Amino acid sequence: MLKNNRWINLAFQLAALLLAVIFTTLILLAAGAPPLEAYKNILMGAFGSLDNFANVLVAWVPLLLTTAGLLITFSAGLWNIGVEGQIMLGAIFTTWVMRLLQDTTMPPALILTLAILAGMVGGALWAMLAGALKTFGGVNEIFGGLGLNFVATALTLWLIFGPWKRPGVASMSGTVPFDDRLSLTVFTGLRLSPWALVIAVAAIVVVYLLLQGTYFGLRLKAVGRNARAAFLLGIPTWQYMMMSFALCGLFAGAAGAMQVVAVYHRLIPSISSGYGYLGLIVAMLVNYQALWAAPVALFYAALNIGSIQLPIVLKLDSSLSGVLQGMLVLFVVLVEGARQQLMKKS
Amino acid sequence: MNVELRNIHKHFGKVHANNDIHLNIPAGTIQGILGENGAGKSTLMKILSGFIQADSGEILLDNQPVIIHSPADAIHHGVGMLHQDPLDFPPMRVLDNFLLGRAGGLFPDRKTVARDFTRLAAQFDFSLDPDSYVDSLTVGERQQLEILRLLWLGARVLILDEPTTGISASQKEKLFETLRKLAGQGMSIIFVSHKLEDVESLCGAVAVLQAGKLVGEARPPFPTKKLVEMMFGREISLGARQAASSGRSVLELRGVALEDIRFQMSGIDLDVRAGEVIGLAGMEGSGQGAFIRACAGLTRPVGGRVVLNGRDLTGKSYHVFKHGGVSFLPASRLEEGLVPGLSLTEHFVLAEETRGIFIDRTAGHKLAEGRIKAFNIRGTPASPVESLSGGNQQRALLALLKSPLSLVLLEHPTRGLDIESVIYIWSKLKERCKQGAAIVFISSDLEEVLQYSDRVLVFFSGKVSKPLEASKTTVEQLGNLIGGKDWESLDLEKAHVKK
Repeated sequence: MLKNNRWINLAFQLAALLLAVIFTTLILLAAGAPPLEAYKNILMGAFGSLDNFANVLVAWVPLLLTTAGLLITFSAGLWNIGVEGQIMLGAIFTTWVMRLLQDTTMPPALILTLAILAGMVGGALWAMLAGALKTFGGVNEIFGGLGLNFVATALTLWLIFGPWKRPGVASMSGTVPFDDRLSLTVFTGLRLSPWALVIAVAAIVVVYLLLQGTYFGLRLKAVGRNARAAFLLGIPTWQYMMMSFALCGLFAGAAGAMQVVAVYHRLIPSISSGYGYLGLIVAMLVNYQALWAAPVALFYAALNIGSIQLPIVLKLDSSLSGVLQGMLVLFVVLVEGARQQLMKKS
Repeated sequence: MNVELRNIHKHFGKVHANNDIHLNIPAGTIQGILGENGAGKSTLMKILSGFIQADSGEILLDNQPVIIHSPADAIHHGVGMLHQDPLDFPPMRVLDNFLLGRAGGLFPDRKTVARDFTRLAAQFDFSLDPDSYVDSLTVGERQQLEILRLLWLGARVLILDEPTTGISASQKEKLFETLRKLAGQGMSIIFVSHKLEDVESLCGAVAVLQAGKLVGEARPPFPTKKLVEMMFGREISLGARQAASSGRSVLELRGVALEDIRFQMSGIDLDVRAGEVIGLAGMEGSGQGAFIRACAGLTRPVGGRVVLNGRDLTGKSYHVFKHGGVSFLPASRLEEGLVPGLSLTEHFVLAEETRGIFIDRTAGHKLAEGRIKAFNIRGTPASPVESLSGGNQQRALLALLKSPLSLVLLEHPTRGLDIESVIYIWSKLKERCKQGAAIVFISSDLEEVLQYSDRVLVFFSGKVSKPLEASKTTVEQLGNLIGGKDWESLDLEKAHVKK
């Protein structure tokens, strides 16, 4: 009889990983590319040098932040697809505050702090808009969020090509970069900021504690699993949903803020870089367990960064990592389904 | 058709739901299966009807071993099951429902089928219009439809799971008559119930299950006391009726008007006194649901005032009522009452007043252990609520109630529960009354209404009767009233009932 223990679960997860790799290998072979060479490149691209690994961590920060936020909305039973837009609004609010304060005599640390906080507020407001649409307008949060994502993209582009355009000519490369003193401290010679790392790790720890140990987390879970019963048990249901949106928005906004103050030092059109959608995948893959979010997010970040080398070295499209990531999700879900079937039978 | 079950075993996790069951049902028998909730009756029937497969054991139909993979497979072998909640498609017509489940043919020959249907219905004296929609039928009529469908598909063994729940007395008579007729034609009928009287009046043989085991078989005349003992492993008696108390008013309704899609109710006046039990009787959907939800603040009255403990709470939300000492226990336990996926401990922690931000796990665990013991719940603090049986879920809901309470509102508190659970639950509710809470409950079981209430309100298509003294009312009177009869006499009677 198969026991429902974690080692068997882990074995199934590894099987899913293996299947994803096999399937991607088949695609590589079909495309006439050497699979081993490709994997080696991805591996080297991610972990081959300190520089590369630092870049993986640079991608890990926003991914972990959004995943942390999404764990909260998933707990409340909400599909916060709008997280992508919430990252963008975080970036926009941060840029806005930076632009306002960059020419003042305020100390840079204070400006940065205010800018990051503003980004978090921006993300939260955008998330609460999706929440309000759901609560008061009866708009499903998936549709509302998707719509708001398009609006956020349009808003970003409008700002870059309109009010915040570079003197002379507007360009896809974004707004005017901020002064060097207004960027988050980085490790010498790397693009990685220790502050960003600290914020991301703190975020996931806070979310873990929030969901595991607090009344708030328990109530949120109750709302997510049975809103009707939660209401009858005395939990103010829609307020809790709103709060979960707001909290997720705070974390997504922080991710957007990090992209501005630590990575790009300006607002660019693709500032969210798809970390919102990737965060949804990571949150699902870890089965909404906060503890696993950090390693899985790191793995995904490594795939993203590792595959950057592919077009240069092997003349392969870098979307290969996307294929691998997609396969991974599909196979994990598939294997999970198979596991449950087997459990039922035994 | 002869049905024989040999050495049937079925495990669900650690639970041994069916433990080595042998049962032989000769053709033409009406076989009763008795047992309390969770005794393994449904599991056994699901195995026979192909919903689930036994871990081991054999099924023989007319002495031929068969393996039944699915319900479709079962009907192919001649085994049909009538479920407690009819498995039909309410938005579709009777004839379409009748057609479903029949194999073959892209275009059904509706004319022939309609003829078959009418002929079959006439045979059993069922008056079902093939063109009406199923959602306009009563539960009893839906059962009739389902029986016809199974017969038409060739069922030679008919399994009925708690078929007398939710149907009227006359429909029950007709059902029994039909079943006797079918048995006379050589069909085997398996009648699953926890209602002794039904089993006694209908069945030619009875098997009793307890905790997954077949503990006894009997033939008429049935030794009632012994059957009860076998079901529960001991003797059970109903609690004695308590005298009505006349405490202060907990809830006052003054000229309350309610609206529903189906009807309007107005001018409802009622004083609910501390310590008393008020039963709400009526056919499903006669207005008692809207009434009880209005008492909880879940529905807003369109007129009148609702006063709780002297405070006017008209139009306030449920959570205000809840703070005022009102608790509402819904009928659908897993849909509205409990949160599937959360453990018992987590439920108790949720229902308690919060202290600080972080949950004290040890305290929560201790709390759960205490409540589980006090309410005799079969489960552990870590058990997810959906793993509990219906009776234990209801106990858990009661265990979640806060103290002190002014008013407990319950929808069908004992629906689907066995006698032992019913008695237990009412003893716990009566304790609440002694502590000064008032109870208002809905039940479709008229005997329960009269047994446990001090006063009764009858609902009939949006009309509300004056409160009747339960001790001076009979089941027949109540039955007539919920069917809409004898309401004229009520106005005269109330004159001397009213104080």
